[in-house]
Amino acid sequence: MTTPAVRCDDLAVGYGRHAVVTGVDLVLLPGQWLAVVGTNGSGKSTFLRTVAGLLPAVRGGVSVFGGDPGVRGASIAYLAQSHSAGFLLPLRSRDVVRMGRWPLRGLVGRLGPDDDAAVDAAMDALGISDLAEQPLGALSGGQCQRVHLAQALARAADLLLLDEPTSGLDAASRERYLSVMDSERARGACVVSATHDVREAARADLVLLVAERVIACGPPGDVLTPRALADAFGVVLSGDTGGLAVLDPHHEHDHDHGPGHSHTH
Amino acid sequence: MGVLTDPFVQNAFMQRALIAGILVAIATGVVGTLMVLRGMAFLGDALAHGVLPGIAAALLIGIPSFLGALVGAAVMIGGVSAVTRRTRLSSDVAIGLLFVGMLALGVVIVSRSSEFAGSLTDILFGEVLGVGWMAILWQAVVAVVVVVLAYVLQRPFLLMAMDPDQARVAGYRVGVLEAVLLSMIALTVVVSFSVVGTLLVFGMLLAPAGTAALLVRRVGAMMIIAVLIGAFSAYAGLLLSWYLDFAAGASIVLVSIGIFFVVLVAQAFVPSRQPHPEHA
Repeated sequence: MTTPAVRCDDLAVGYGRHAVVTGVDLVLLPGQWLAVVGTNGSGKSTFLRTVAGLLPAVRGGVSVFGGDPGVRGASIAYLAQSHSAGFLLPLRSRDVVRMGRWPLRGLVGRLGPDDDAAVDAAMDALGISDLAEQPLGALSGGQCQRVHLAQALARAADLLLLDEPTSGLDAASRERYLSVMDSERARGACVVSATHDVREAARADLVLLVAERVIACGPPGDVLTPRALADAFGVVLSGDTGGLAVLDPHHEHDHDHGPGHSHTH
Repeated sequence: MGVLTDPFVQNAFMQRALIAGILVAIATGVVGTLMVLRGMAFLGDALAHGVLPGIAAALLIGIPSFLGALVGAAVMIGGVSAVTRRTRLSSDVAIGLLFVGMLALGVVIVSRSSEFAGSLTDILFGEVLGVGWMAILWQAVVAVVVVVLAYVLQRPFLLMAMDPDQARVAGYRVGVLEAVLLSMIALTVVVSFSVVGTLLVFGMLLAPAGTAALLVRRVGAMMIIAVLIGAFSAYAGLLLSWYLDFAAGASIVLVSIGIFFVVLVAQAFVPSRQPHPEHA
């Protein structure tokens, strides 16, 4: 059997001893996409950071390609939720994407034609080829997000950890992103993305629905039910196309949880 | 033309001062660029002052002053990381406490002994006109070490300046690299104090690198421009000191800071040089 890309056994993630999400059990194989769905503050980022090896697990087990997270057996690309806009020098977009190739070339190895091809392909796939010469600081939020996403893609990593990759993206860019996810999986890469976009999650192989605990975990068809989504987000609108839409989560929606409301696991 | 070269051609001590000034410009230009990019200017300041009690104690017990300075720098770095790790105070509080504490300790040590009254000025403001070949040798060694490390570690250093998490996930050992960068700053401060003094070395770390950041958009170019500005400042400062009888170390630092403000003002009148696609 192939080594799972990510494996969690009764994993609790959080900060120090404080667990934000407990009881995560899942096995993710190469070529699979896991969407972690939840509101802001639900623990999505904490989970991603734990898998990235940036945070130690609070309890339980987590392994990445059979090893501890943070121990480099396989290549990992990580897209953080926020990007420091405050870098002093006005780096060009293309140079930022090229940084994604650095880990493949050691400390001083020059980037070659392969690297240029990977950088071009990543920028092309996200529709930012024409921004290549622009300094990062001159870009809009959505353009900047695509540059960082392209950096993660250019890495050609075995595991992509993407924290809210579609934030700030317009509809056309989202479509590009979704087709990029298909091609990444097709080449055997494993993707873990954090999102509150249910439509995006519906495209994944596995969905982990969290709200400071695991509400449900499994294939999208089993997990993205009105009941489970109501648990995670508070309010669900069902559309006539059979799709589900979730209102942006806010505490004013809390009255939708009746006192006798039962949680599904 | 002779006016600009004679002081150096005719006086061996001026030659040594210029060589020392250029070597210090190389180390401070490179390390200063990394500090400015990483946003750790205040820590560099603290280090520069933290070496004072080490130097004073070394003079008192008669060991080479750079050894004392090295110990002072190590205590400073260790103290800052201990305070930030064990308390919830942010690093600027820790740095501020240790920086003033070390400065005061240095003055106390020097004041214990009356024959050191003159040395305190030398330590604080430098004695570049009295710099010897031994000091120049150490400055050359550190300049080479710093340039080599900055070249070899350019990628992780740049990633760390942008986003330390990203650098960590990319597989770089951020903790180790952080220590290397601190050591580079410490070494630079330790070999530079004889030229511009512990109080003024901070100016040489910041002003040339800060000026370069206004002018270029690539890290390598920023380092080269910073070194050139620093070297020119050393030359011009020494000339000023020769003809106008100014304190040499302070003149060097004043020139470099003057260049920063001249560039800043000039850019206000030439807006086209500001961020736009063509790269340096």
